[in-house]
Amino acid sequence: MTGTKKEKVLLSGNHALSEAAIRAGCRFYFGYPITPQNEVAEYMAANMPKAGGTFIQAESEIASINMVLGASVTGARAMTSSSSPGISLKQEGISFLAGQELPGVIVNIMRGGPGLGNIDGCQGDYFQAVKGGGHGDYHTIVLAPSSVQELADLTVLAFDLADKYRNPVIILGDGQLGQMREPVVMPEPVRNLPEKEWALRGAKGRPSRFSRSLILNVRLMEEHNWKLQRKYREMELNEVRFEGYMLEDAEMVVFAFGSAARIAKGAIKRVRKEGLKAGLFRPITLWPFPKKAVRDLTNRTKEFLVFELNAGQMVEDVKLALEGKGEVFFYGRPGGVIPTPMDVATIIGSRYYQRIKRRAK
Amino acid sequence: MKLVAGRPKLLKPKKFHYCSGCGHSIVHRLLMELAEELEIAERLLVVAPAGCAVLAYDYMDVDVVESAHGRGPAVATGIKRSLPGAIVFTYQGDGDLAAIGTAESIHAAARGERIMTVFINNGIYGMTGGQMAPTTLEGMRATTAPEGRSVEREGYTLDLSSLLAQIPGVVYAERVSVNSPRAIRHAKKALEAAIRCQLDNEPGLALVEVLSMCPTNWKKTPVESCQWIDEVMSKKFQLGVLVDRRKKSKKMAVAENAG
Repeated sequence: MTGTKKEKVLLSGNHALSEAAIRAGCRFYFGYPITPQNEVAEYMAANMPKAGGTFIQAESEIASINMVLGASVTGARAMTSSSSPGISLKQEGISFLAGQELPGVIVNIMRGGPGLGNIDGCQGDYFQAVKGGGHGDYHTIVLAPSSVQELADLTVLAFDLADKYRNPVIILGDGQLGQMREPVVMPEPVRNLPEKEWALRGAKGRPSRFSRSLILNVRLMEEHNWKLQRKYREMELNEVRFEGYMLEDAEMVVFAFGSAARIAKGAIKRVRKEGLKAGLFRPITLWPFPKKAVRDLTNRTKEFLVFELNAGQMVEDVKLALEGKGEVFFYGRPGGVIPTPMDVATIIGSRYYQRIKRRAK
Repeated sequence: MKLVAGRPKLLKPKKFHYCSGCGHSIVHRLLMELAEELEIAERLLVVAPAGCAVLAYDYMDVDVVESAHGRGPAVATGIKRSLPGAIVFTYQGDGDLAAIGTAESIHAAARGERIMTVFINNGIYGMTGGQMAPTTLEGMRATTAPEGRSVEREGYTLDLSSLLAQIPGVVYAERVSVNSPRAIRHAKKALEAAIRCQLDNEPGLALVEVLSMCPTNWKKTPVESCQWIDEVMSKKFQLGVLVDRRKKSKKMAVAENAG
C-alpha cells in the first residue's frame, strides 16, 4: 500500500509463524517437542536468543504453558506451541490464563486423533479450541489461518488481541499448514510496545498486587465470571473476521476453515466452471464465530454445505448461527485424510444437483 | 523503651485464616521479616501454591502470583527469566512440590533456575482435609489411608528434597522445622541463606524444606504436634543442610584452608 515492494521469502508455516512471533515482540517461547510443529521450537532455539529473548525446551507441555503464564504476568509477550495431544495438556494453563486475565499466544498445529492419533493435518480440535478447552466458563480467541501468509499475519494479530483483551489467543492451524512452504511477505518488526500497567514486576513505588483465579466468595466469583463474559461479548462485537469468496450470486454456500477452506476454494472454482453458483464462507475467527454474517447469508440462500477435516464440529456452530433457517449438509474427512479439490467438487456438485437443480426443473 | 518484637511491615494487618498451631503463619512471617531486613520487597515476586497457602497474597504485602497446583516452579521460571533482577520465591506444600508438581520441581532444579523454593512439609494434604501426601510417614493415618500408611499398600514415603539435593542445579538445600522458638530462629537463618543465593547471583535453585505442624489433620493438639516433629517426623526427615554448592561458601572454605 505504501508503494514499496516488500520482499517475498519462501517459508514453511512453522518457520513463518515463529519469525512473525519474534517480529511481533514475543521474547519468550516455551515448548516441548511434538510433530508436526517441531520446527517452531527449533526456529525459536536458534533465533530467539539473537532477538534478546528466551527459549526454553520445557519438561512438558504443562510446564511450558505455566512458563508462559509466569512471563506474561510480568508483562512480557510470551507464547507456546504444540500439536493436539500436547494442547490437551496445556488446557489447565490456558484456563488459568483466562481466569487470571493474562495474555498468551498458543499455537496448535493439529494432527489426527483422538489419543496419539497420527501426525497428519487434521481439524479434530475445533471443539476443544472454540468451546474454551479447559475447565470453567471462558473463551479464547481462535484464529484459523489458511495460508502461510495468513499464518504469519494472524500471529502478529494474536499477540495484539491477547494484550488488548488480556486473554489467551489460540492459532488453530494443522499439519499441512505447518509443513508447507509458500512465498510470504513477513510483517515489519513491532517496536516500542506500550507498558502494561497491570503487570507484576515487584511492588516498587506502588502498592503490592496479586494475580489470582481463586475467588472463594461465590458472589465475587460470579462477578468475576460476568466480567469475563462482558469481555467476551466485546470480542464478539469487535473481533469477528471472515472471508467470503464468490458469495454475491451464490445459491449454495460452502463453509470451511483453515486448510479445508483452500481445498473448498479449489472445489468451488471447478464447480463454477460447470455453471454451479457455489460460494465459500471462511471464518477466520472461529471464536468469536461470525454468527451474524452467517445468518445474513439466509437472505440469499437456504442451501449450505460444511466441509471439515474432521467428523463434524464447526457444522454445529453453523447450524446454531443459522437458527434453523437453512438446510445444512456436512462432508468431513477425519484422521488426517486430505481429499482433493476434485473430491470436494464432486460432493458439492452432487448436493447442488439434488437440492437446487432438481428444484429448478 | 526498646521494641523487641512487632509485626513486620510487609505482613498485612490481617488475621491469619490458618488453624491454631499451623506452621504456615510462622513461615509467612519469617519470609516477610527477611524481605524487610534484606530490603528486597520492591523486587520480590512470590508464587503461591494451590493448598492452604493459596491466600498468601492476603498476608504478604508484596507482588504475589497464584499458580496452578504444582506448577509454581514453571511459573517462577517464566517470571525470573523475564525479570532476572527480581527475587522470586515459590511457596509450595508437599502435595504441590512432591506429588503433582514433581516434574516441575525436578526440572526447575535441573535447569538451575535462580529461584528459592520454600517447601512446607506437613506430611498431609491440609486444605482438602487430611488425605495422604507423598510425605506421609509409614503408619501415619490419613483420610485416604485410614488404616495408616503401609509400604505394601500405599508405597514409601518420598523424600523429594534429598532427591533434589542430588541435582547440580541446586545450589543450597536445607531442611528445618518451626516447632520451637529455637527451631524458628534457625529456620530464619536457612531462609536467609537461601534468599541470599539470588542476591549473590548463585547459579541455581535454593531450597528450604520446613517440617511444619498440621494439628487439625494430624488430630493432635498444637503442643503435641510440635513434639511429634521432634520425636517422629524429624527421624525420617532429618534436619540439616542437604547440600551446599554456593560459590560463596566455597570461597569461604578456600579462604579458611588458606588461613
